Amino acid sequence: MDDVLARAERVVDEGIGLTESDLRALLEVGDDDLPALLDIAHRVRLRWCGPGVEVEGIVSVKTGGCPEDCHFCSQSGRFDSPVRSAWLDVPALVAAAEQTAATGATEFCIVAAVRGPDEKLMRQVRAAVRAIRETVDINIACSLGILHPDQVAELAELGVHRYNHNLETARSYFPRVVTTHTWEERWETLQLVRSAGMEVCCGGILGMGESLDQRAEFAAQLAELAPDEVPLNFLNPRPGTPFATLPVMPVGEALRAAAMFRLALPRTILRFAGGRELTLGDDGIREALRGGGNGLIVGNYLTTLGRAPQADLALLEELGEPIRSAELSALSKAL
Amino acid sequence: MICAAVAGVFCERCGSPQAEGDHGACGVVRVWEPPRYCAQCGRRLVVQVLPVGWTARCPQHGEVA
Repeated sequence: MDDVLARAERVVDEGIGLTESDLRALLEVGDDDLPALLDIAHRVRLRWCGPGVEVEGIVSVKTGGCPEDCHFCSQSGRFDSPVRSAWLDVPALVAAAEQTAATGATEFCIVAAVRGPDEKLMRQVRAAVRAIRETVDINIACSLGILHPDQVAELAELGVHRYNHNLETARSYFPRVVTTHTWEERWETLQLVRSAGMEVCCGGILGMGESLDQRAEFAAQLAELAPDEVPLNFLNPRPGTPFATLPVMPVGEALRAAAMFRLALPRTILRFAGGRELTLGDDGIREALRGGGNGLIVGNYLTTLGRAPQADLALLEELGEPIRSAELSALSKAL
Repeated sequence: MICAAVAGVFCERCGSPQAEGDHGACGVVRVWEPPRYCAQCGRRLVVQVLPVGWTARCPQHGEVA
């Protein structure tokens, strides 16, 4: 174990992610070595990303009724979930962006529960992006599922800063999570997004029954993709979904995983997202921000609630970790 | 909000009658969830979660606070 920590230490100076076999070994670091692992991950983050934490808010423009069968998702129309369909109008989307900007966040993501956007949704997103850009000082991201090349081009033309499309899990485990589309289809959309010049946001959900091997495999696959941002979600088992009875991931396991992702992806924004309240709790999020993470979704999620933004902002202040400005994010990327 | 769930006839999280079964676990997780069922009639709500706050509407009883 000392050997893999020694190799992890080298990432601080070299900025090159570990191999999949080393990433796998990190997931079995003992409790005694966990503080050392978190410390290394924190120093990698400081060295290659800086002290700033990128803060983002998200909102669902189209909730529920999704034709896909992502087994973790309460918005699939294929499961007996209590989530009903809802549609957010443009003024409400602008108001949500204003709420998000008021927290100090620099990124606002518009999300839809769809396989991919139809013309009705594209019309709504088009109008919302234009309205938000006119009135709110915030970067706009979108997460609208699988895209066609013309849709990618249009989003880039509209000024969408970043596109989220999660691979969700390791390629080898994906068929156990989703059967209505493939991992490869998602990968293709991500390549289109990058080609169009938008930033790539791609992460997934931990604790969906994947093995430790598959968790390391996923990190290595993300490292190959090299996204600008990796959102790390922790499964929040939702009523009515196939994963409703899976256990919540223990905090130590989550911290190891987060540090492992940092050591796979030294330079990316590693953002703690959905499920962190249940998995990490108040103490765990503090440790995670000192264990490789440098991003947060603040406020609520798509169908569940998060901590009050003020609580997260107070935590960042307590930790001496400033909110990363949009200008610094751009500069960091250029470097 | 949790008080409303407890006080209602139906559980706002699972939709079953409050008088039937133990809803202690529902109350615990409701901290991180908006209501999903009308406490008065048990119908599913149309819920919109926002970055700060949420709205919920029952087809029978209207807006839920």
